[in-house]
Amino acid sequence: MEHITLLIGIVIATALVFDFTNGFHDTANAMATTISTGALKPKTAVAMAAVLNLVGAFLSVAVAKTISGGIIDESAGIKPEVIFAGLVGAILWNLVTWLAGLPSSSSHALFGGLIGAVLVAAGTHGIHGDAVVMKVLIPAAAAPVVAGLAATLATRVTYRVGRRADPEATSRGYRAGQIASAGLVSLAHGTSDGQKTMGVITLTLITGGVLAPHSDPPLWVMVSAGTAMALGTYLGGWRIIRTMGRGLTDIQPQQGFAAQTGAAATILASSHLGFALSTTQVCSGAVMGAGLGRKGAVVRWGTAGRMVSAWVLTLPAAGLVAAGAALLADQGTWGVTAVAVIALAACAAIRSAARRKPVTHANVNEPVPGTPAAGPQDAVTAAIAAVTPPPPAPAPASGTAA
Amino acid sequence: MSIDWHALLTVLAVTLVSTVGLVGVFTLGIVGLSRRAAGPAAALGRTGAWVCFAACAAAVVWGIYLIVQK
Repeated sequence: MEHITLLIGIVIATALVFDFTNGFHDTANAMATTISTGALKPKTAVAMAAVLNLVGAFLSVAVAKTISGGIIDESAGIKPEVIFAGLVGAILWNLVTWLAGLPSSSSHALFGGLIGAVLVAAGTHGIHGDAVVMKVLIPAAAAPVVAGLAATLATRVTYRVGRRADPEATSRGYRAGQIASAGLVSLAHGTSDGQKTMGVITLTLITGGVLAPHSDPPLWVMVSAGTAMALGTYLGGWRIIRTMGRGLTDIQPQQGFAAQTGAAATILASSHLGFALSTTQVCSGAVMGAGLGRKGAVVRWGTAGRMVSAWVLTLPAAGLVAAGAALLADQGTWGVTAVAVIALAACAAIRSAARRKPVTHANVNEPVPGTPAAGPQDAVTAAIAAVTPPPPAPAPASGTAA
Repeated sequence: MSIDWHALLTVLAVTLVSTVGLVGVFTLGIVGLSRRAAGPAAALGRTGAWVCFAACAAAVVWGIYLIVQK
């Protein structure tokens, strides 16, 4: 831990902030359907996700030695300023999509930010175009299809096989099933995304000469990265949870279970078979698939469309912000300071915009405003929703407006 | 630049089979628990149900093993 310059300290702090946004951005992946079906109370769900994220961060020893899986040429003179600019781009895009309540991939935001910053700092030869297509674009297209198909089929099967089951066994059974499958998603998420931040910090330490090349992350890096992500997860990205749990489609316990199991299976199969898919896109695809699998369920394509456009925009938008930040940060100390000040101001502005219409654990299960009934079927769903008793009254608000 | 169709299709196949299989077996377990009537049929149903749930638990443990081992 010796000779850590101020700049490296700033980069590490920024990486931890990114990790934090990654955590609250992705709580929805594991817990949105568990919360919206009432299998777990909102606070319990995020606490469980946070603990499993933390455990997941320590589970695997094979830590990613490259932060980007070969997308950027990490030997082509990556300076701490460049990593800093990339992280700023990723953080701001994560916050903007959070404000809009859209689940978008934090990994893609990180990749986009790093690509944008490297393009400015080192030019096109710093980027491996093939890897961008193979590791970002194709998985992005495949993830929702694979997970969606699995969830659709599983939803059909579970309604068909379980049509004579009695309600008591059904509600207890699916509740347990949802909790188990959500736990598995949280664990896998903690392992994969927690390691990305550890990789970023380790690379920064190596470029700053603090660590020898090819070192494993020190323990304090693992602890701080895991903790930052768990804290973010516990804070809960309620806006995104609401979109995924209520906005895309109306989820029943059977569908929640099918979606989560499909998501867990997709994540494990893809990461194990070397075709890593984005957790966010897998989980959103699975939720939509579950919506398609139940007769009479409505998939709100307007919301889905906004979500998909956020996916398409993630890489270029984070890249653009990061490119601007890299231009400034390259000017020297005052540039880095300027980027930090502007980024902090932008974060504060987004936060105060979010405060105007807060979404918390208390109102996360209410219908999403601005997703009007699109047809007769929607009106029926709305009518049913109006006469069904609301989920158990939430705990009194304690001011975590995330 | 070539798309790794083999890996992609393998992921698709493994995901479909494991998801549908797991959800199907779990639902069978729920159905097994549902038969309330007394007698040997109910006992059989319960036993079958717990076999199903045990199979699902084993799948979860295997999933955790995959995460740890990676």
